[in-house]
Amino acid sequence: MAEKLNLKYLTAGLIKENPVLVLLLGTCPTLAVTTMAQNGIGMGIAATLVLLGSNVVISLLSRVIPDKVRIPCYIVVIAGFVTIVQLLVKAYTPDLDKALGIYLPLIVVNCIILGRAEMFASKNSVGNSALDAIGMGIGFTIALLVIGSIREILGAGTWFGLRLLPEAMTISVFSLPPGGFMTFGFVVAICNWISGGKILQRKSKCAGCAGCAEGAECAEGGKAE
Amino acid sequence: MNQLIIILLGAVLVNNVVLTQFLGICPFLGVSKKLDSAVGMSLAVTFVLILASAVTFPIYHGLLESNGFGYMQTVVFILVIAALVQLVEIILKRYVPSLHKSLGIYLPLITTNCAVLGVTIQNIDNSYTFVESLFYAFGIGMGFLLAMVLFSGVRQRIDSAPIPKFFKGMPSVLIAASLVSLSFMGFSGVVEGIFG
Repeated sequence: MAEKLNLKYLTAGLIKENPVLVLLLGTCPTLAVTTMAQNGIGMGIAATLVLLGSNVVISLLSRVIPDKVRIPCYIVVIAGFVTIVQLLVKAYTPDLDKALGIYLPLIVVNCIILGRAEMFASKNSVGNSALDAIGMGIGFTIALLVIGSIREILGAGTWFGLRLLPEAMTISVFSLPPGGFMTFGFVVAICNWISGGKILQRKSKCAGCAGCAEGAECAEGGKAE
Repeated sequence: MNQLIIILLGAVLVNNVVLTQFLGICPFLGVSKKLDSAVGMSLAVTFVLILASAVTFPIYHGLLESNGFGYMQTVVFILVIAALVQLVEIILKRYVPSLHKSLGIYLPLITTNCAVLGVTIQNIDNSYTFVESLFYAFGIGMGFLLAMVLFSGVRQRIDSAPIPKFFKGMPSVLIAASLVSLSFMGFSGVVEGIFG
């Protein structure tokens, strides 16, 4: 291995380049499964495992995969790991499988995973790709945990099933879809405030991901010019 | 017939793909800035949704399930969708260049649109028949169109509104989406109440 392991790749995903709160990738599962903190963590761990597997394998195969068909190749690798995780979750934690439902197989099309394969794993060594995957995965899990906790405490008055607020004080809309959009909006705004508007500046730069919101705009803008 | 109407209207209004099921959020947030691109993207998604449902249904029931390969669903479906999108692009480019010009730029993005994979999996999970799954796919596509068109109007208003600095960009868009989603909550139970 020519490159040395670099710990900065591990910490980048945690806060500075948090995939959900700063890069705004993978919004679908962020909104859908965060009705409870527990589901958020489950989803985070499942996605981290897939990310770790796919980053390592894609980094190993990066010299073998022809450039023209790389995206389909990445998708097949990712789908393979998603199937493994799906079967594991189904076998060992059937409750989580029921709670995540359709969003578990949908990890395949999560922009974070394809984005890291394209932007990082295909260009870096195996060790660094693994570190990047762990960092990004933990960052994703933290974001899901934060949003899930806010929604569970406000919407159901509980946290990990523990009752914090009396039932009369809960605002049930936070457990429903509109509450998901609203909580996510406020959390991103707070991150903006803490980082002093860094996210706003970053938005002008393209994240370079094939399927993300930014990518869509980029493709559109590029063709129009 | 009633069952089909319930599936169709339910998919458009009650279980709206973006606003209550959180599928296809990326294009919803990314491409809804202008009305014409919102419509173009929605039509492309609807087209691929119906095609993908029509193709994955026989593959799952004819090939996978009967041979005990049901667990390969995710891998096979995403490959079928990716190949289908590529095929549609090639065919449109060759035979209907005008349509390719207006929809073409959205097609590559559809592969990674969770709505398409999500709906094909839901068709299987809900054990819909072939016709029902086509109706469901069409309903989801129309629901996507409705949400995109409504939201592109909302977004044009946000752009000219005075918003606190840290809410500019994505946060304000997300909160607006929350209010649009809240208005769709009003439809819950309506369809079953009328046709059920």
